[in-house]
Amino acid sequence: MAVSGLIMLLYLVVHMLANLKIFFGAADFNGYAHWLRTVGEPFLHHEWFLWSARLVLLAAVTAHAVSAYQLSRLDRAARPQRYVHRRRRASYATRTMRWGGVILGLFVVWHVLDLTTLTVNERAAPGRPYENVVATFSTWYGNTVYLAAMLALGLHVRHGFWSAAQTLGAGRARRDRVLKATANVLAAVLTLGFVSVPVGVMTGLVG
Amino acid sequence: MRLTLNIWRQPDAASPGGMHTYELDGVSPEMSFLEMLDTLNEELTRRGEEPVAFDHDCREGICGACGMVINGQAHGPERTTACQLHMRHFSDGETIDVEPWRAAAFPVVKDLVVDRGAFDRVVGAGGYITVPTGSAPDAHATPVPKPAAETAFEHAECIGCGACVAACPNGSAMLFTSAKVNHLAALPQGAPERESRVLRMVEQMDEEGFGGCTLTGECATACPKGIPLFSISSMNREYLRAVRKGGEATD
Ligand code: HEM
Ligand code: SF4
Ligand code: FES
Repeated sequence: MAVSGLIMLLYLVVHMLANLKIFFGAADFNGYAHWLRTVGEPFLHHEWFLWSARLVLLAAVTAHAVSAYQLSRLDRAARPQRYVHRRRRASYATRTMRWGGVILGLFVVWHVLDLTTLTVNERAAPGRPYENVVATFSTWYGNTVYLAAMLALGLHVRHGFWSAAQTLGAGRARRDRVLKATANVLAAVLTLGFVSVPVGVMTGLVG
Repeated sequence: MRLTLNIWRQPDAASPGGMHTYELDGVSPEMSFLEMLDTLNEELTRRGEEPVAFDHDCREGICGACGMVINGQAHGPERTTACQLHMRHFSDGETIDVEPWRAAAFPVVKDLVVDRGAFDRVVGAGGYITVPTGSAPDAHATPVPKPAAETAFEHAECIGCGACVAACPNGSAMLFTSAKVNHLAALPQGAPERESRVLRMVEQMDEEGFGGCTLTGECATACPKGIPLFSISSMNREYLRAVRKGGEATD
């Protein structure tokens, strides 16, 4: 869980930063998307870099989902009977890891159909991601889906990053505050960075 | 004080159980929670009913035998054992729910008594050091650096009560096992079995049916001895170190 999660987190940081190019205009953003497909040429064939990244991500998502499923099954079996006196336990981010993860998984499917395959994006055309992003955030459901997913992402990263650090043995008494702060900053920066794009389109800053 | 008690009653492991309500009068704030239950049991005996079974031994917070979930919290509202919890932390007329530890690895034996043999087997798998028998070695024969002694003492405080497992929504025994592993890993006396210990104890822990850790932190909040949550990370570090060194759980 920890290793696959950190791979995806690294990807998300890069993805979020790259998304900010949208504020520099269509040429910049679309140029970047074009570069993503030609990077490494002529050593690599066209789109090989992109496909390698997709394969690594697919492996990470699969490993993450499979281990989450196995862990949840194990954990449920280990506590077959609930307490009669029920109490709210742990923080919101901690309690929502399972369902938050499922929501993010569904979001990724929607997101790929929306901005990669363009299947569900009505006014989209291949090769011009800038215009496609603007099309997505010109619909109420596009904005709703993305904003909700970004909030879920922030919560998931907040508990997930710190948790992964513990699993990998990085937790120490004196380092705990630093790790918690890093998790919070990562979660906030990712959420705000990603959210800035739909907000940019909605406010007319991007369009 | 007058109390309404909802207590889990279950005649034996095989029979189904349920919550039963008892009214109890004449509880004094100085009583411990167990003394309050003693008072109830005297009353039940007088009435010719079966007294409530619960585990206890030292009644001074050091043996770890007593354990029950009081109002949804392991050992109740204070960070101590049920035997050291006093009735002054409850108010007159209050309703109190009392349940046994809930975990697949801790089956209910009767009422509030659970079988914590799984902990013994985890300790048996590696929670010891090998020493030659004979006369006791001189106290200063093996010098222990001060920081190592402190780490060892901090973790040696674990009394094996099982509150961590009871509080964990995953029924995980990571805090208990990490306390045992870190205690011995810190000491020179524990060095010879350092790798096999952590691998075997974790293997046994999984075999007993404890759940996996999702770092909810409920265990450390419930622990009457203040075993810190980062102990789990220290054990993970020990585990990864043992795997890197090519240690094997069974040799
Ligand atoms: C407002 C937020 C986001 C925007 C505007 C956005 C935009 C985009 C765009 C335009 C692409 C296609 C790039 C191209 O084909 O050149 C893309 C790909 C992708 N995005 Fe996002 N994204 C956002 C948030 C996220 C989040 C939160 C995740 C993960 C949880 C994510 C995961 C992915 C993945 C996995 C791909 C690659 C799909 C593939 O090429 O197979 N995105 N995104
Ligand atoms: S770690 Fe704490 S809660 Fe768990 S068994 Fe030891 S003393 Fe009890
Ligand atoms: S009876 Fe020994 S710790 Fe409570």
